[in-house]
Amino acid sequence: MATKGKLEMEKMVVVEGSYAVAHAVKVCRPNVISAYPITPQTHIVEGLSQFIADGEIQNCEYINVESEFSALSALVGSSAVGARCYSATTSQGLELMHEVLFNVSGMRLPVVMTVVNRAVSAPINIWNDHQDAISQRDTGWIQLYAEDLQEAADMTAQAFKIAEDKGVLMPAMVCMDGFILSHVYEPVILLEQELTDEYLPAYEPLNTLDPKKPMSFGTLADPNYYTEFRYLQQKAMENALKKIEDAANEFYDVFGRYYGGLIDEYQTEDADIILMAMGSIVGTIKDTIDNLRQKGVKVGLLKVRSFRPFPAEAIKEAIKDAKVVVVLDKNISLGLNEGALFTETKSCLYNTKNRVPVVGYMIGHGGRDIRMSTIEKIISEAEEVMKTGIKLESQFTDVREEIL
Amino acid sequence: MKEIRIHGRGGQGSVTAAELLAVAAFADGKFSQAFPAFGVERRGAPVQAFTRMDDTPIRLRSQIYEPDYVIVQDPTLIEVVDVASGLKEDGIIIINSEFEPSTFKLNTKAKVVTVNATKIALEIIGRPIVNTVLLGAFAGATGNIRPESIKEAVKERFPGKVGERNAEAIQQAYDMMKEAKV
Repeated sequence: MATKGKLEMEKMVVVEGSYAVAHAVKVCRPNVISAYPITPQTHIVEGLSQFIADGEIQNCEYINVESEFSALSALVGSSAVGARCYSATTSQGLELMHEVLFNVSGMRLPVVMTVVNRAVSAPINIWNDHQDAISQRDTGWIQLYAEDLQEAADMTAQAFKIAEDKGVLMPAMVCMDGFILSHVYEPVILLEQELTDEYLPAYEPLNTLDPKKPMSFGTLADPNYYTEFRYLQQKAMENALKKIEDAANEFYDVFGRYYGGLIDEYQTEDADIILMAMGSIVGTIKDTIDNLRQKGVKVGLLKVRSFRPFPAEAIKEAIKDAKVVVVLDKNISLGLNEGALFTETKSCLYNTKNRVPVVGYMIGHGGRDIRMSTIEKIISEAEEVMKTGIKLESQFTDVREEIL
Repeated sequence: MKEIRIHGRGGQGSVTAAELLAVAAFADGKFSQAFPAFGVERRGAPVQAFTRMDDTPIRLRSQIYEPDYVIVQDPTLIEVVDVASGLKEDGIIIINSEFEPSTFKLNTKAKVVTVNATKIALEIIGRPIVNTVLLGAFAGATGNIRPESIKEAVKERFPGKVGERNAEAIQQAYDMMKEAKV
């Protein structure tokens, strides 16, 4: 939930997460939407199709396609002519987009896409984890992770603002946990059109495809030029670091809700143990922290909102006084036995004086339910690490040994 | 926080009931959360849906293992699903059945309540759809939610005659629970 701003119950309605996001997309006034339905993303695109059929989104085209590859490809052309473009997908659909993801970011097209996070096949699994989005880490897309429905909706508007900034011009994924957020009903303030218009002005592209002023996008860059394209993409990501903070602050000024910028902190001030995590698990962790704080355990949470660009400086600052850092990942790099957030957190500390022990847990694969008791167990193991050092650096959580 | 688990069969509207309960609880000034047991449900297969309600915003995202209340839409589920699993000792389980609570041998110390929701539904709604009727019984048996809030939520979801008839059925189930002093 928002960490700054007042709770305005009178403005809230109980809706499904997918509807809250579809509504947020609507008030962002997209010009082209192209998506291919796939569980658990389906309700979002159904909602948007309905809005368009009902004439509720003016000046917007919904392009039906035969695959996710085509959905995103259609947006390459649409965005290049200056349209504000949106898509949504998950899991295998996102993996099918892989090639086009690079094209979108390489052409600096500020497409926004909701990724309703789901495990990847095989075996087939429609439930939540973060393997789909994390596997697209290096495609040059900004990746933001939402904690609850309100944040997923609010983050959609923020994503357009960040992506379309002239210093950024990079596509953005808004990641929300499949089912856990997409299919849950809870009270949400649906983004008001008037406030959204104030927050997010019309997209003004820097360059567009126009027959009157011919220009090429994404053509050959030989070895004399390719490096500079990559370099500029990296610079754009660095610019996005500040823009993500700005977009969160400006959102607070207009809407009165704030969830953190690159990161957010919960009870970290005096914390010996700091947990790090992304997405809906954050809510369960906060409840666990409240329980343990009553028993005197000094534990806090560093919520990572932006995975790309990676907020190394913000993370280093937030964990500088911790005695142990515990990173929870809903993904794994097979063969390394580590989740991505864990690997990168360790990496960003290596050339610093901070020698805080960092341990990793891979959790919630394929929708395995994450209970408070599991988080409590992880925290009690962190207390052991504090006393006796690291015994196991990175491990799976809740493995059912009896069926192996 | 109060946690509710609804057992039904695919097609009986368990998920809708959980949503309507969340809408009604919010209308009563509580924060609420409703979600299905995410699966690949088929019509007729055992399904579950959940609702949480609390005075403060709900952050917890795990499934519900120790509910305060359980609603069972189809009594034949009792043979295949442990419907009382984890139910709190001071909780209540409401079963759609024409029989007395003592008919059911459940592994729980919680209070067992039965209501012939199918009969009410057939008489008033004209179809054996019991999900909304059971919400009326829930309001009457638990006192945890105002029946008006449930009726409003149902009428908003199902406008016109369907909503009106459902509201009437909800009221009857509520009154029966009140009269029985559950």
